[in-house]
Amino acid sequence: MKFSTILASSLAVLALAGCGKKSADSSAVRIGLNVELTGELPAVGASSRNAVQLHVDQINAAGGITLGGKKVPIELVVGDNGAKADQAAATAQRLLSQENVLVMIGPNASSCAIPASEIAESLKTPMISPWSTNPKTTVNATTGKSKDYVLRGCFTDLFQAGVLAKFTLNDLKSKRAAVLFDVSSEAPNGQANLYRETFVKLGGTITAFETYTTGDRDFSAQLTKIKASNPEVVFLPVYYGDVALITQQARQLGITAQFVGSDAWSSPEIIKLGGAALEGAYFCNHYSTEIATPAAKKFMADYEAKFGQAPDDVAALSYDSVGFAIKAIEAAGVTDRQAVRAALASIPSYEGVTGVMRFTPGSGDPVKSAVILQIKGGKFVWVANAAP
Amino acid sequence: MEYFAQQAINAIQLGSIYALIALGYSLVYGVLSMINFAHGDVFMVGAFACLVLVSFVPLPFFVALLAVMAITALLGALIERAAYRPLRQAPRVSAIITALGCGLVIQNTTLSLSPYPRQMPRLFESVPFEVAGVTMNTLQVLIIGISAVFMLTLDFIIRKTSWGIALRAASCDRGAVVLMGVPVNRVISLTFAVGGALGGAAGVLYSQAYPVIGASMGVIIGWKAFVAAVIGGIGNVRGAVLGGFILGAVEVTTVVMMPSTWRDLIAYSLLLVILIFKPHGLLGKPVQQKV
Repeated sequence: MKFSTILASSLAVLALAGCGKKSADSSAVRIGLNVELTGELPAVGASSRNAVQLHVDQINAAGGITLGGKKVPIELVVGDNGAKADQAAATAQRLLSQENVLVMIGPNASSCAIPASEIAESLKTPMISPWSTNPKTTVNATTGKSKDYVLRGCFTDLFQAGVLAKFTLNDLKSKRAAVLFDVSSEAPNGQANLYRETFVKLGGTITAFETYTTGDRDFSAQLTKIKASNPEVVFLPVYYGDVALITQQARQLGITAQFVGSDAWSSPEIIKLGGAALEGAYFCNHYSTEIATPAAKKFMADYEAKFGQAPDDVAALSYDSVGFAIKAIEAAGVTDRQAVRAALASIPSYEGVTGVMRFTPGSGDPVKSAVILQIKGGKFVWVANAAP
Repeated sequence: MEYFAQQAINAIQLGSIYALIALGYSLVYGVLSMINFAHGDVFMVGAFACLVLVSFVPLPFFVALLAVMAITALLGALIERAAYRPLRQAPRVSAIITALGCGLVIQNTTLSLSPYPRQMPRLFESVPFEVAGVTMNTLQVLIIGISAVFMLTLDFIIRKTSWGIALRAASCDRGAVVLMGVPVNRVISLTFAVGGALGGAAGVLYSQAYPVIGASMGVIIGWKAFVAAVIGGIGNVRGAVLGGFILGAVEVTTVVMMPSTWRDLIAYSLLLVILIFKPHGLLGKPVQQKV
């Protein structure tokens, strides 16, 4: 083939590929979903996508969202961020620029939510993260001001650290805690540091503060140090895959301390991967199936009927996040990002399956309660509520 | 004192696994002067093969180990036959690319069959026990013990059996060895089989110690074991073992002294330093090329 022919055809292909930008027409409301379908946290992404799909299907079955008197169906555009920060930013860019979505739901992992939130903020598109608890998702770390376009559906690590520190001191009556966490991931990093600050402020002692990097499998060196420091509690604010390995290795090394975790534990996969070492461990979560309201019970029944397993907190929060977004789109009446953002700010509270999301003006963080759960007999068992 | 002993045990366990995998790289390089980049993925297949076997038939640990070793030995020999032998006369670069490609094919096949990480069931109960203030467990003892047995056996085979002599001869001069009547192709296939078997054994032992397995687990471990083989002197069997233990010790020591994010930085900087002073690795000998 002649070089000029090759050049001409390549340019033609590229031009066609570049014509991927979808126009914002009012024949469908496009909602974007940026979740962890592959990578280290596939269970989180799957839960989120299932719950959002469920809610969208329920709305579409009734005809769609009511906009200006007409019923418009919702089109869900799903992107995978692979639980990696760079991929999350690229997916956010694609959803917001090319796919032209009205609102973005997700990402869930804080390490992904923070870069994606910066993209949403610069492209002036509302974003709701269902599960990210790190404060930096909704607050600009350098200026300290709240971001205009980013909200979350859950409590923040500042609140969670306080809950867990108080639980360790008052309920577990333990003053000596060791911490092991993933220093290269935002959520564990934030949670570990906030827990240490709060725990020491309330009178406890941190006996060891050890780190590892995402992807590590061997924790024997860090756990040996922790064992030598003699803690009563080992705090593990890490994602479910790592918890299984850490707790098993800890017990094998002869560590008998009580394990305490954060909401990063919440996937039921943890029980499949973890086994006996996790028995009796406590962790903080966003909701419990045992204290469900009637609306929550209906959601749980619908989810179980469609997907064959009970919904975890990521699913419940995603369901609420997209529900809140839909309510705002209806209130706005038009498929315009600014109008939706204004509508989100004007709705003071939203009642969802995880409780009431009450927003204060100027902040993207709702005031929400937490629950403490314990892993007992291979199940999550509700222990206590913690209100702000 | 117990604290250092405890960390030493951790280092020896990690080092044993690296050593087993590094042996595969060294054996193949010695005889073919090529790096088998697919070896890390053979290690991964070993772990998955173990998972598949025990989900169908509840096998005792040693039976499962031997069965997996047989499977990965076959896989190693198959890779050689299908991917490397046709390229034996080709430029070195082509062989390297083929090796990388093989590894990716194996990895992605496993990924498409198992996208989520899986839990490896415990094949026997690991019991923690205390010796002189150091807590060990039976799994650690098993890993270190089995690795030692394999390494000593391999060393014996290389030095004392006729196949070992043929292997060392082939490493020296492949052309001359053919003239001596040694079935070179068979020796090479056997080398890949043995390397594959050791990699598979390492996969089983590793997945017992760290029971969450995924399709990409072979990549990083493969590279680290390759680094270990080079530090010890690529092509040298004892060098591979030495390199494995050195790498294990460096990794554990770094994590003890500083945040684990520094671990890989320190480990690979050490490799650079060692290679600057001993370009052929610690036990490698400079090879003169006669013109």
